[in-house]
Amino acid sequence: MLAEKYAERIDKIFAKYPTKRSAVMPLLFIAQEEYGWITPESLVEVAELCDLDPTQVRSITGFYTMYSEKPKGKYWLQVCTDLACALRGADEFHHQLLDTLGIEDGETTEDGLFTVEHVMCLAACDKAPMLQCNFHFHENLDLDKVNALIAQWRAEANAAPVNG
Amino acid sequence: MASQNIIFREKDVPDIREYDVYVKNGGYEALKKALSVKPSEVIDVVKAANLRGRGGAGFPTGVKWSFIPQTEPVKYVVVNADESETGTFKDRQILENNPHQLIEGAMIAAWAIQATAVYVYLRGEFWDVAHELDKHIEEAVAGGFVGDNVLGSGWSCMVYTHLGAGAYICGEESALLESLEGKLGMPRVRPPFPANKGGGLYAEPTVINNVETLTNVPWIITNGADAYRAIGTEQSPGTKIFCLSGQVNKPGNYEAALGGITFRQLIFDEAYGGGIPGGKQIKAILPSGGSGPIIPATDEVLDTPLTYEDLQKLNSILGSASIIVMDETVDITWVAAKVTKFFRHESCGKCTPCREGTYWLDKVLDRIMSGQGKPTDVDLIDNIAKNMQGFTLCALGDFAANPIIHTIKNFPDDFKAHLTADSAVMPTEPARPARRGAAAAASGAD
Repeated sequence: MLAEKYAERIDKIFAKYPTKRSAVMPLLFIAQEEYGWITPESLVEVAELCDLDPTQVRSITGFYTMYSEKPKGKYWLQVCTDLACALRGADEFHHQLLDTLGIEDGETTEDGLFTVEHVMCLAACDKAPMLQCNFHFHENLDLDKVNALIAQWRAEANAAPVNG
Repeated sequence: MASQNIIFREKDVPDIREYDVYVKNGGYEALKKALSVKPSEVIDVVKAANLRGRGGAGFPTGVKWSFIPQTEPVKYVVVNADESETGTFKDRQILENNPHQLIEGAMIAAWAIQATAVYVYLRGEFWDVAHELDKHIEEAVAGGFVGDNVLGSGWSCMVYTHLGAGAYICGEESALLESLEGKLGMPRVRPPFPANKGGGLYAEPTVINNVETLTNVPWIITNGADAYRAIGTEQSPGTKIFCLSGQVNKPGNYEAALGGITFRQLIFDEAYGGGIPGGKQIKAILPSGGSGPIIPATDEVLDTPLTYEDLQKLNSILGSASIIVMDETVDITWVAAKVTKFFRHESCGKCTPCREGTYWLDKVLDRIMSGQGKPTDVDLIDNIAKNMQGFTLCALGDFAANPIIHTIKNFPDDFKAHLTADSAVMPTEPARPARRGAAAAASGAD
């Protein structure tokens, strides 16, 4: 599974640290990259690779917010609505985005393309409103710019159908 | 020398991020110089320069390095790039625009303590930044500045990146070490301290420094302690990156000599913030992100020079210099509620006063913001906050109490406005259908 497909990357990760346990977070990112979320099977596989109990790995995925324990949309949009961004209109922007997509915070669109969540500070306070799409930053946004991005992502998704 | 760029060298040399450009402009010469002298001499220079930690605490960097016992064979340098404080976005700009100077500074620190490896712990959201940094590290390895037998010295030290995964608490150094070891990011009981055997990464002596701190080091080694101390003030030498955000015309990072500018210059001068949008009046300043005491923007405050010592006189802190500006329309109770939601979410849950305190502060503030507050609520949250401060393993408990205690002290009228019939209207959050608030709370997505 992951061990075969990503053998080279996984070896490089283990080589960084004196303990196997330190590799648990980077390996979980590989699992998430592969499946879109941390599936129960991949969680067990990461646990075996790191000589950990699956419960220990489950505690990691629960503690750290960047691991998804359930399927998300193909485009996982995280809008910073923290103080510095909110002072520059991030709350309104977040609500406009939700209205545009017709979902509530934390929900995924019916076509499985977009999940929207509000998150804490993303260290881009001078470029608010901003969002992170699958961990890539998009800054200095407004409704027009985000609509253009959504159209671009929809076109991208139509060209390459969503993976099961 | 007030406008000198020690850190943001891209202002003078636009492509300084490129390895060739960095080397052509004197890059890695400081590392060569450091390797030509004894490690203890490097520590002495950084001590004499009185470089202070730029992550928030302002602790003298050279002194921190001198705590490492030289008798231990395995030692680590950890670079704290977990930048997650609301209003802080300086380390990202350094990582993006001047990465080799950080790598060089980290290697000089590693030589000074004779470290066996350097780990750069980046917040998980710096995904793209970390992958770029990996490439820059490879360039430095190819140049002989990092890795086996550095510059033929016989000393080997590799630099590795490690990504967090969304947890503010991992900026706290002992929680960061836990996270790097593949555990939950929760602060450790100290002593032993990270510098001591048993207290650091994998229980080995470890120095943990902020990105900006280490990026100062090559300049200090090249130019000497006296030249560094000629910039800034006696107690706050050097330059500082000021992260300016909130209601200013030109938010952004500005490098200036410590004590070289005041709040008024930073916020209003055209070279910096350029004033308040719409010509509104300034009301309040958070000098150190969400975690520092909020202060009213009086003339006395605005004319205060930006140094560690001068901010202390205002009963606030310079911290990481993440300056968030609020104009006259902002309700400071709303600010306290917003910041409290942050700390409630980011509390790791290990210490009861912080875990329960942030939960109840948030609950009571929600009640106040919804117009259901009771006149006794102010005393109630003041009491909760004061029972958090000083009762937790790390500073998050203290930070979370600050917005409450200092809003009550400095902006009492803002609270009173909510506890009368005609409660103030929040300026930046429009009224929404209740179902949206409920869905957001249930998602726990933040």
